[in-house]
Amino acid sequence: MEKDINILAIESSCDETAAAVVRNGREILSNVIYSQIDLHTLYGGVVPEIASRKHIDKINQVVAKAVADSGMELKDLDAVAVTYGPGLVGPLLVGVSFAKAFAYGAGLPIVGVHHIEGHICANYIANKDLKPPFMCLIVSGGHTHLVKVEDYGQYEILGRTEDDAAGEAFDKVARAIGLGYPGGPKIDRVSKSGNPEAIKFPRAKVGDSEFDFSFSGLKSAVLNYLNTASMNGETIVTEDVAASFQQAVIDVLVGHSMEAVEKYGFNKFAIAGGVASNSGLREAFEKACAEKNVEFFLPPPILCTDNAAMIGSAAYYEYIKGTRHGLDLNAVPNLKLGERV
Amino acid sequence: MKILALDSSGLVASVAYLEDGKIKGNLSYNYQKTHSQTLLPMLDSLIKTLEIDLKEVDFLAVANGPGSFTGLRIGVATVKGLAESTGKEVIPVSTLEGLALNVNYADGLACPIMDARRSQVYAGVYRFKEGEVKPEEVFEPVNCEMVRLCERLNELGEKVYFTGDGVPVYREIIENNLKVPYVLPNPLNQYQNAGNIAVLAEVYANEGSKKACDVTPIYLRKPQAEREREAMLNAAD
Repeated sequence: MEKDINILAIESSCDETAAAVVRNGREILSNVIYSQIDLHTLYGGVVPEIASRKHIDKINQVVAKAVADSGMELKDLDAVAVTYGPGLVGPLLVGVSFAKAFAYGAGLPIVGVHHIEGHICANYIANKDLKPPFMCLIVSGGHTHLVKVEDYGQYEILGRTEDDAAGEAFDKVARAIGLGYPGGPKIDRVSKSGNPEAIKFPRAKVGDSEFDFSFSGLKSAVLNYLNTASMNGETIVTEDVAASFQQAVIDVLVGHSMEAVEKYGFNKFAIAGGVASNSGLREAFEKACAEKNVEFFLPPPILCTDNAAMIGSAAYYEYIKGTRHGLDLNAVPNLKLGERV
Repeated sequence: MKILALDSSGLVASVAYLEDGKIKGNLSYNYQKTHSQTLLPMLDSLIKTLEIDLKEVDFLAVANGPGSFTGLRIGVATVKGLAESTGKEVIPVSTLEGLALNVNYADGLACPIMDARRSQVYAGVYRFKEGEVKPEEVFEPVNCEMVRLCERLNELGEKVYFTGDGVPVYREIIENNLKVPYVLPNPLNQYQNAGNIAVLAEVYANEGSKKACDVTPIYLRKPQAEREREAMLNAAD
């Protein structure tokens, strides 16, 4: 039996201050998330400076609780992991500066982790048997990526969004139809009582790149529909607009994903990221994967939202490969997937 | 008493180590790399060179503002992380008071000014008393227009010793608006210096220290989004 590897992970790339202790990349010993969402709701979206200020006021409490909840002492830890990109630079810098100094004080190595790789790895925690290779769709407020997971820490991006991320489109449409922030959960809830076929919104294809996404056209189509309807004095059924918009997003995400799965001959497919909590999306993928006889993996909602457990999982696979970062590790707001800085 | 101090509130990243009133080491860089790349390696270099045993350090000290929002947070987050894993307590020290120590020979007023952009400064006005390390605050640290600060200094009617990175930025405004005698700093005593923070922290240690979780930057300025929202709400009233 090899020695257990316990990693304390810290995540602060957007508006959640999170820390977790994860064993061997798969087992959560603690998972603490402090969400600032109420604070940002006032502004209709995340304000980076306000997020940074909140992170620095909460990070000690969050990390201390993650260590205490895990039942571990510092001497039982093997490394400190931290998200160093992509994300908002101010918030990232709080986590990176704190994590490096914490590790330094504890005499532990530091492992920097890519936020999106973390999201993918949430699936390793949720499904103990899942191993690469598999196909993964990451959908969140800031990201929409269709990725071939070739091995642990090895990725090939097949498609990404040309403009808005899927979650961003949810936020913008939710604002336009008066549902407010955050858009994803609100549209998902309202859609349940709407007719997804009521309004035919476009399913955008992006030029000749097979698997890329575009959501700004869809968002504009919704805004145009709302304008036209209100100019013509028609009643706008919010539930139908929400359901039809959501269906258009789902169709494109599922369509591209299934085409890619088929083209590359994968028999395992996973989703990840905040939008992966969307119940309509989960159901559509379950159905599409079952039809194609593809095994479908999805993390529970608590691991879809930004969290540090997923960072701890990704860090484990880096750690056993020997990845260690220096005391000069910096935040890299536009860090590319698979890139190692 | 052993104190490890740092200041990354402005252009300079600075770390220092003090033992029983003596500065044993003091390292400052004014370089284009971000503080997140330089600060911890500098601290490591200081610790290794001076053979400091972290366990024996009594307090960590940090310049907690005002200053560059991001710079302050890099310094404060570094101290908070180090304090959390070593169990040390923290002594936060005003960036401005730290700067004032650059001109502690002032036989008038010491006035640190930091560039806050948009014609504004973060500023403090202090007076040094014979035999005392810590200066007396003449008025509370402010975030105001440089022109307004000159007016207030004129009202005080004493000789002013300036320091801080606001000096080269607002030199012309000082020359055109200040009616009292003044002295501008030389390049050596113009910038933040963690040694000053350590010296002040030793004085403050007698008044108590803070748990890491209770340490926070003092920005003296609200986030832009918050100011705009307040203005909108006030306009609606």
